[in-house]
Amino acid sequence: MEQSKGRFGIHGGQYIPETLMNAVIELEEAYNHYKNDPEFNAELTKLFNDYAGRPSNLYYAAKMTEDLGGCKIYLKREDLNHTGSHKINNVLGQALLAKKMGKTRLIAETGAGQHGVATATAAALMGMECKVFMGKVDTERQALNVYRMKLLGASVMPVTSGTATLKDAVSEAMREWTTRIDDTHYCLGSVMGPHPFPTIVRDFQAVISKESKRQVMEAEGKLPDYVLACCGGGSNAIGSFYHYIEDEGVHLIGCEAAGRGIDTFETAATINTGSVGIFHGMKSYFCQNEYGQIAPVYSISAGLDYPGIGPEHAMLHDMGRAEYVAVTDDEAVNAFEYLSKIEGIIPAIESAHAVAYAMKLAPTLPKDKVMVITISGRGDKDCAAIARYRGEDINE
Amino acid sequence: MSDISKAFANGKAFIPFITCGDPDLETTEECIVKMQEAGASMVELGIPFSDPTAEGPVIMEASIRALEAGCTTDKVFDMAARLRSEKGVTIPMVVMTYANVVFSYGIDRFCKRAAECGISGFILPDVPFEEKEEFASVMRGYSLDFVSLIAPTSEDRIAKIASSAEGFIYVVSSLGVTGVRSKINTDIEGLTSQVRSSSNVPCAIGFGISTPEQAKNMSGHADGVIVGSAIVKLIARHGKDAPSYVFEYVKSMVDAIS
Repeated sequence: MEQSKGRFGIHGGQYIPETLMNAVIELEEAYNHYKNDPEFNAELTKLFNDYAGRPSNLYYAAKMTEDLGGCKIYLKREDLNHTGSHKINNVLGQALLAKKMGKTRLIAETGAGQHGVATATAAALMGMECKVFMGKVDTERQALNVYRMKLLGASVMPVTSGTATLKDAVSEAMREWTTRIDDTHYCLGSVMGPHPFPTIVRDFQAVISKESKRQVMEAEGKLPDYVLACCGGGSNAIGSFYHYIEDEGVHLIGCEAAGRGIDTFETAATINTGSVGIFHGMKSYFCQNEYGQIAPVYSISAGLDYPGIGPEHAMLHDMGRAEYVAVTDDEAVNAFEYLSKIEGIIPAIESAHAVAYAMKLAPTLPKDKVMVITISGRGDKDCAAIARYRGEDINE
Repeated sequence: MSDISKAFANGKAFIPFITCGDPDLETTEECIVKMQEAGASMVELGIPFSDPTAEGPVIMEASIRALEAGCTTDKVFDMAARLRSEKGVTIPMVVMTYANVVFSYGIDRFCKRAAECGISGFILPDVPFEEKEEFASVMRGYSLDFVSLIAPTSEDRIAKIASSAEGFIYVVSSLGVTGVRSKINTDIEGLTSQVRSSSNVPCAIGFGISTPEQAKNMSGHADGVIVGSAIVKLIARHGKDAPSYVFEYVKSMVDAIS
């Protein structure tokens, strides 16, 4: 049987209501046109450089390297971008594309709030209306980001259906899109959903590995041996991996959120605990029961608290090209504190999952090996939650 | 090909939807018997899915209640089999659910079991034309129909969807998700005439219809009318006592379109 469009191995595709089909076809056609348009690319590069502060630094973490006693560790500092995470890369690309398509309104889902803040920012910059869907539970644990979005002129819709977290925010944004496709672009925040989103988001995030490859070559005269990134839906991970996929000597490691452990029900580690299914427009791995009911997932990190993973990651896993490991809440919180103390860098709790795995892996590797960890975002937003995790109640 | 055409053989078809297992499968079973008694031409059995992205709040909440009450795919199949073998239900039954419910069960296993239970076809709102063959190619082997949906935004896609349609064509009346609407703004007449120019398969209109007046209006442009949320709402209100209310409601709708 012939496979439909937007496939990554058996994964991907376009499993969406008929009402949305012409909208995604219009998006695909526009993207195929503009991605090769020199003017579009020049505008986007200018936004990346002048507005978002790219290229982001590749920082040699000397103290961490010395402390762990193994390979050399570099941090790809996406936390230094405007709005504080890698999410701005994708959002500037999609907002510019939406504007070229004549759309006047952006909608988005958000988990931790980073993608919502980035979308609200791009909407403010480009004079577009913006509405962000966010699980009610997440609006409570990320209250500061809710305020930031409102400050930027966006409206925030708390989502109470289902588990009231990221997956429900995605469902609600999809429902909203079916009611209003004429003037609205759904600015999806991760490498997931129906084709062409996994490809579009990956292309805009690929700037991470495009830069890091050049930066590592300049610093070390060779490619890195390991690239680590945290992985929920997987946008910073695919961005961090993309330009190394052809370089087979580079180990690519995605760090999933194990929550309280992959042997518990309170986990969000999709590759480690899930199975192949169809949800949110794509075929991929999902946390689900034997009847295909999507499982409620859990992680301390709102940004990784999602029951699926992007289809390209699912393919990289099937091929054995990338490895996906599980990191618990406890390990991530330790890493959050560790990086803060040893390098003076407070990582997002999402990114701390990658730091945590590096803390296990780096000491086992020889000193001449080179590791790059993507710090996908900054951790200011998480301070109150981590304090609570440690039993300390602070006012934000 | 299935026996779906039977539903459209005697005038306009009234097609009720029910979320199976809300509040429990015994009530669902009794409601379906009453639907046939009241003159329904075909029934849509909704197998609940945890995250029904094409549904509005009414069916979404009913799905969650059904799952919490322990409804599963296997139990819905068992109920369908009982309706056929013990309860004298002879009108066609189609399953409405989401791609993952079918895929995770195993597409072939799902189709085989559905056919054994007397199901005639499937409506999968998250499987558009482009992804249809993965499911439809297996269904054909069991004489099950893959029901295609056409939306107000389908435009240039109508001809290709309609010309390969099986069973009946589900014409979505409005943008957005399922749910009761006070007013339907789409040019339904234009939509159904485009469908008819590409296909002889019967078409039924759904999404947003709740009152006998709306049903009567819509039936003027199509071969049948589908109602979901209004029935699911009735069942939510009356719980185990719902079957008699469902009977009255279905009868009022059947009378309005005949």
